[in-house]
Amino acid sequence: MSKYMNRSADIGEFAPQDDDNLIICRCEEITKGEIRQAVHLGLWTMTEIKRFTRAGMGLCQGQTCSKHVKGIIAKELGISPLELDDVTARAPMRPTDLRVLGNEVSSDE
Amino acid sequence: MKRYDLAVIGAGPAGLSAAIEAKKNGMEKVVIFDENSRPGGQLFKQIHKFFGAKEHKAKIRGFNIGQELLEEAQNLGVEVHLNSVVAGIYFPMNKLTIIEGDHVSNYSAENIIIAAGANENFIPFEGWTLPGVIGAGAAQTMMNLYGVQPGEKILMVGSGNVGLVVSFQLLQAGCKVEAVIDAAPRVGGYGVHASKVARTGVPFYMSHTVIRAEGTDRVTGAVISEVDSKFNPIPGTEKHLDVDTICIAVGLTPMSKLAAMAGCEMVDKGGAVPKVDKYGATSVNGIYAAGDVAGIEEASSAMISGRIAALAACRKEELHI
Repeated sequence: MSKYMNRSADIGEFAPQDDDNLIICRCEEITKGEIRQAVHLGLWTMTEIKRFTRAGMGLCQGQTCSKHVKGIIAKELGISPLELDDVTARAPMRPTDLRVLGNEVSSDE
Repeated sequence: MKRYDLAVIGAGPAGLSAAIEAKKNGMEKVVIFDENSRPGGQLFKQIHKFFGAKEHKAKIRGFNIGQELLEEAQNLGVEVHLNSVVAGIYFPMNKLTIIEGDHVSNYSAENIIIAAGANENFIPFEGWTLPGVIGAGAAQTMMNLYGVQPGEKILMVGSGNVGLVVSFQLLQAGCKVEAVIDAAPRVGGYGVHASKVARTGVPFYMSHTVIRAEGTDRVTGAVISEVDSKFNPIPGTEKHLDVDTICIAVGLTPMSKLAAMAGCEMVDKGGAVPKVDKYGATSVNGIYAAGDVAGIEEASSAMISGRIAALAACRKEELHI
């Protein structure tokens, strides 16, 4: 995985595709076209696309779509998906109610 | 904070085997966390007999293996926490944050074995979010755990072992499997599984992909098409199939985010996995990975890798093994 990305690389103009309406992130209902357009707006990493489009921010936390999102970004940038880092893994691993998160029980044994 | 010698994440074949082996070799306080309401991981959905050697539980049906492992773990005094989500791992404090029911609690462990397993891959196509498009694992859960038919007429997408085994189970459950398709030119799974399905007359379409799920509120049909050597659909080869369920069995991705969170060095192996040595030790001292989370294999190798990781942890603690 590359650490640096040439942000001045020319990836050309956004060109509509037949399947741009295809839903990629089904939790947040984000389409392939929305992700591709975001890449052309300059959002080139998994984390940027997640924050900008909300793809991967729903109930499954990107468990289903992140592979596809990565593939779409990579294809748009003309690079290998292996060059893109995954989004940062953060706690909590599963969507959790705030009332549960706020209810920390300590036990000293 | 409760302290343990070993905390295992995931009570599937790898996790249960790891906990058993650790207990047998002198670890005193061993705990397993699993987010599901029952232990055993995918084993309890496996109604077929396993292959391989007797020592590796060949000829025993999957759910019986799960039962055996669970009883052994309980008899040895392993603490099993169900409905317990490991929300985070924090190093170097060796802290695990667990969500159990309505509260969060913290545990610390000298050793952690991550055996979180994998989740199913999906392929997006027109209509893939319609009810009736399901994972093969979901089909197995419905049939084998709850006794519910996933549908009447099924299209199976994927001819790997999961696709083949689940196709046969669908037939056993009284469903009609209209076709098994795969984008690859050859069947991906074992010949023995493929032959069992083929003998019942189910057609196999190799080098085919699903183009579209038909229907407005639910799946009422599917359109498949032949693909070229670069997996692009060939126009004019579309075929309509009269199905109400499209079952997706196109591989698994390791659920490795906890390893990444713990700071383990990650590599790509069909998805990010922690880099491990031959004993399952990750780049972080005291954290091990076993089973599918370290690279997709199957249940028999998961059980072995769990035991090996536990033995490595015991050796690190200088227990007699």
